Amino acid sequence: MALYSEKVMDHFRNPRNVGKLDDADGIGEVGNARCGDIMKIYIKVENDIIVDVKFNTFGCGSAIASSSMATEMIKGKHIGEALELTNKAVAEALDGLPAHKMHCSVLAEEAIRAAIKNYYDTHGISYDPAMFPEPHDEEEE
Amino acid sequence: MWIEKNIVRKRLTRRGTHCIIPLVLIHTKLLGIKIVKETRKTIYVDNAATTAMSERAIKAALPYMQEVYGNPSSLHTVGQVAKEALEAARERIAARLNCDPREVYFTSGGSEADNQAIRSAAENGLKRGKKHIISTAFEHHAVLHTLKKLERDGFEVTYLPVGEKGIVTKEQVEAAIRPDTALVTIMFANNEIGTIQPIAEIGAVCKAKGVPFHTDAVQAVGHIPVDVKAMNIDMLSLSAHKFHGPKGVGALYCRRGLILNNLIDGGAQERGKRAGTENLPWIVAMAEALDEACESMDKVAAKERKLLDKLIDGLTKIPHSKLNGDREKRLPSIVNMCFEGIEGEGLLLHLDDRGICASSGSACTSGSLDPSHVLLSLGLPHEVAHGSLRISLSEKTTSADVDAILKAVPEVVAYLRNMSPVWEALEKGEKPHLL
Repeated sequence: MALYSEKVMDHFRNPRNVGKLDDADGIGEVGNARCGDIMKIYIKVENDIIVDVKFNTFGCGSAIASSSMATEMIKGKHIGEALELTNKAVAEALDGLPAHKMHCSVLAEEAIRAAIKNYYDTHGISYDPAMFPEPHDEEEE
Repeated sequence: MWIEKNIVRKRLTRRGTHCIIPLVLIHTKLLGIKIVKETRKTIYVDNAATTAMSERAIKAALPYMQEVYGNPSSLHTVGQVAKEALEAARERIAARLNCDPREVYFTSGGSEADNQAIRSAAENGLKRGKKHIISTAFEHHAVLHTLKKLERDGFEVTYLPVGEKGIVTKEQVEAAIRPDTALVTIMFANNEIGTIQPIAEIGAVCKAKGVPFHTDAVQAVGHIPVDVKAMNIDMLSLSAHKFHGPKGVGALYCRRGLILNNLIDGGAQERGKRAGTENLPWIVAMAEALDEACESMDKVAAKERKLLDKLIDGLTKIPHSKLNGDREKRLPSIVNMCFEGIEGEGLLLHLDDRGICASSGSACTSGSLDPSHVLLSLGLPHEVAHGSLRISLSEKTTSADVDAILKAVPEVVAYLRNMSPVWEALEKGEKPHLL
């Protein structure tokens, strides 16, 4: 059995939504180069709908695949729906990730939430800070 | 859906060499049976991980599975014929190491030999009140994890730093030796970056100081000259599958006069030092593979070194890259590079898609969050060590293979950098380039 599912390999080989948005409404960057994963997600929002999304990722195969799948899953969706996206849903959509790679899907979830928080912050939209708990640290430095 | 990979060997007419053509068969139960055949040439450049068995080694093993199947411990003829073959193999290996056959103990491989040598020296040192061991920061895990265990048992271990070039000096060893030093264990050549240690010089220092000296020579034996007498080596570990022999067999050389303790208790095989019926087919194949490797060593090394230099010259042209370890004092077969701004696993997977099988010391390939301890021991920052690539050649590697690697690696590095936020920050000047 290969390390990754066919779906992971598909999203790794042909990642969807790679790139940047120069006119992004929100940008979220999570992870740590020291630990080997950084994800940066750009969103464009119109009437609470994520009309476009792009990502840049430094990381392993599953980090790139998780970014690709997560951006696919929120594209065209209402912000409220995007906020409900869990790492588990991303991993399931990829037909599973190896146990030691699950943190890649967590990063994807956190990157999306960070982008939405950035959108709220930069657009003066008020929100309950409890909605955005501090992202967990992969490793204590 | 399940995938079955059938690796089918096909002889090609490439000047006596043969390549492996994998046929990937995908069976989809829902759609009935759909078979997708994918054929491509595989460029296997992960020979530091393991090698293909040579034809000579395979042929040498076969009679000892069918005709000479006896147990060397049996008194009857079938057993005694096997015993003769066992001792003949021991003599051949001893000749290659320049030692007495009675100094060669067959093991299940390099890891077992490392474990036995180190544990034995530690136990015997302890009997004389010696609880200090000297090693390096970049040993193989078979050595490092054995030492960690001994540290928990009260031993003190000095891990010598290996510097940016990945080489320890005899002066470092000399300065670290104490009256209570039970063992010096330093690898012959590093498995990840390929740097060769000054083993003869270290051996001389240890001999002068009366400290037993073990070397994990798994990457060296069969690739570069090894002479346990001339180099004053007391114990040496080797593994057959690193020189085109079979997996699961190796040997420990232990100089006569040095007490060797058992790791495995049981029967009286290997003069009571390693219990268990000897793996005769693999031991004979190991002796054959070692003879073959030593016979062609100079020729293979010269060929590999030429290809290696071409690889190093080509890969170091990639901007913000670095060759890891000293350029000259290295095995002719291993090159290890770091590319800033990318992560090694993605690089490996893309290279694999192009038929190139290599390896990396990135965290993602090791299953932990930390990149390789070898790369960190060179003083590389974590974020740089994540972007590493190891290419290890064999005598089957061709100039065309090197050309294919030199075409693929820069393309994949550029592609991954293009989607890397780390690279973006480096290029914008938000973070300083480290390479």
